[in-house]
Amino acid sequence: MSTLALPTVDEEIWRYSRIGELDLASFKPGKLSTKIDASSAAQQSVSSSTSVLAREATDIFEDLNAQHAQVTAITTAKNQVVAEPIVITHSLDESGVVAYSRLVVEANENSEVTIVERFVSSKNAKSLIVPVVDVRAAQSARVTYVAINELGASTWQIGYQQAVGQRDSTMQMYTVALGGDYARMRAEVRLEGQGASAQQVALYFADEDQMHDFRTLQDHAAPRTHSNLLFKGAVKDSAKSVYTGLIRIRENATKSEAFQTNRNLTLSNGAWAESVPNLEIETNDVKCSHASTVGPIDEEQRFYLESRGIRPEIAERLVVLGFFDEVLNRLPALPFVGVLRERVSTKLLGTKS
Amino acid sequence: MAKNTTTLEIKNLAVSVGSSQILNDVTLTIKSGEVHAVMGPNGAGKSTLSAALMGKPGYVVTGGSVKLDGIDMLALPTWQRATAGLHLIMQYPTEIPGVMLQDAMSAALDARERDTSNLRSLIATEAKRISFDTELVDRAVNVDFSGGEKKRNETVQLAVLQPKIAILDELDSGLDIDALRDCAQRVEDATREMNLGVLVITHYSRLFEQLKPDFVHILTNGRIVKSAGPELADELEVTGYAAYSDK
Repeated sequence: MSTLALPTVDEEIWRYSRIGELDLASFKPGKLSTKIDASSAAQQSVSSSTSVLAREATDIFEDLNAQHAQVTAITTAKNQVVAEPIVITHSLDESGVVAYSRLVVEANENSEVTIVERFVSSKNAKSLIVPVVDVRAAQSARVTYVAINELGASTWQIGYQQAVGQRDSTMQMYTVALGGDYARMRAEVRLEGQGASAQQVALYFADEDQMHDFRTLQDHAAPRTHSNLLFKGAVKDSAKSVYTGLIRIRENATKSEAFQTNRNLTLSNGAWAESVPNLEIETNDVKCSHASTVGPIDEEQRFYLESRGIRPEIAERLVVLGFFDEVLNRLPALPFVGVLRERVSTKLLGTKS
Repeated sequence: MAKNTTTLEIKNLAVSVGSSQILNDVTLTIKSGEVHAVMGPNGAGKSTLSAALMGKPGYVVTGGSVKLDGIDMLALPTWQRATAGLHLIMQYPTEIPGVMLQDAMSAALDARERDTSNLRSLIATEAKRISFDTELVDRAVNVDFSGGEKKRNETVQLAVLQPKIAILDELDSGLDIDALRDCAQRVEDATREMNLGVLVITHYSRLFEQLKPDFVHILTNGRIVKSAGPELADELEVTGYAAYSDK
């Protein structure tokens, strides 16, 4: 049990969320079924050691996660390059349970690793999953992490990602969210060492009554650090999405660069998307920008394609897939990318799986 | 050559945009193989004419009719006007992020129930013919293209889709001399090879070196005020539009 209270929408970070609908006490503890695909060379990097949990919980969900989580720890040795991606799949078919997963990635100096973490649940699994991801990239380490939410339409997710980069490290944090009933992710990168860089890229697409909720933080705590965020989403039917993002440049983070772009397509009159970008800059001599848009498909683009004789529904599909391609093209070139493009396409056509 | 003759008949067309009446009374008949130039000063309503013919949102037809071989174009949505045989080359072609030319043309041919199996080679042939960099075929439509590349791309699409009547809205704006020559020549060739009928909307006559008009019409204040043969374009080159603005 946690001594912390459930948050409410009165707290800024939970504003617009559906936290008020959650009856945490109604869920009994459950387990995710976790499968790890890694080449034999990569196997030795993977363990379930719980000694890796270090950071303080910011709220009840992180606190409960620290107490109950099924831990997957991935540790790379100095200079180790893990050639093949490590693919972790968590699945849940039960209703009425809450399950906690914890992934800790400890990338030691000048090592390189790519991890894909998929979350899958059956269509009717009325359950809650609380995934927490900690990425720690030591000097010059290169970490690529991809989270894929393919949860069923009844499952809730309240998730956390924190990636901390030391000197000259590179972290690439990707998220593809297609599933879930209410699926939330708080995604933070913290650049602690000079010259560290991070990229955060996400694709999210909600239809019917789904809601996707993202809170991002780009925290620059050292000079010459670089962060770039691109989040693109779409909402259809009566779906909702929220993006709120903060760029924080601390006083010592001079000559840093931080960019943040959030674009949202509203594909139906009943769909709703909110985008709230924020900047908090405590020093001069930095380069920062943020851009955010919410709106329907560009009329000019639609007219252009229709003027070639393309049917309106196909024109719309081309434009939306084109919109998402900017994200899909940045994902590591792995076989699942083509599958995800198909999923987006299917969702767009409204064919229920 | 005149076997499958198509006729685009524009009668007393009147169009408003917002609260402004832009076109008052435009009557034109364009047949297969003919090149009609509509020339006029800035603000005469030239671009409104092309937008209204294609059914662009925001352009409201307040009077008149547009028929393609007797079919009421104004009753059809944009895409069906295109599949019926109208094609618009835009003055400022829109950038479509993430959408490849191949995919757009494939969808356009599907709507016409035309075979797409040789599309890639067809695009390659047409691209080569007007010196459109074939690398650009695999990039998103118009994204980061120069003015000349955009118009070459538009012309490739025209050749692939093989419409009956093409509307060229200020083909010469924003492109270099070489691109203008290549694009205008390709359309001129199409009037013979495909028996294409052409409505060229332009301020200047410089593209007529390749694309020879059979008829020239002067549009001012939303009306066609004079129609004549190609000699009218030569006259305009010397005297300008001032003489027609008061009529």
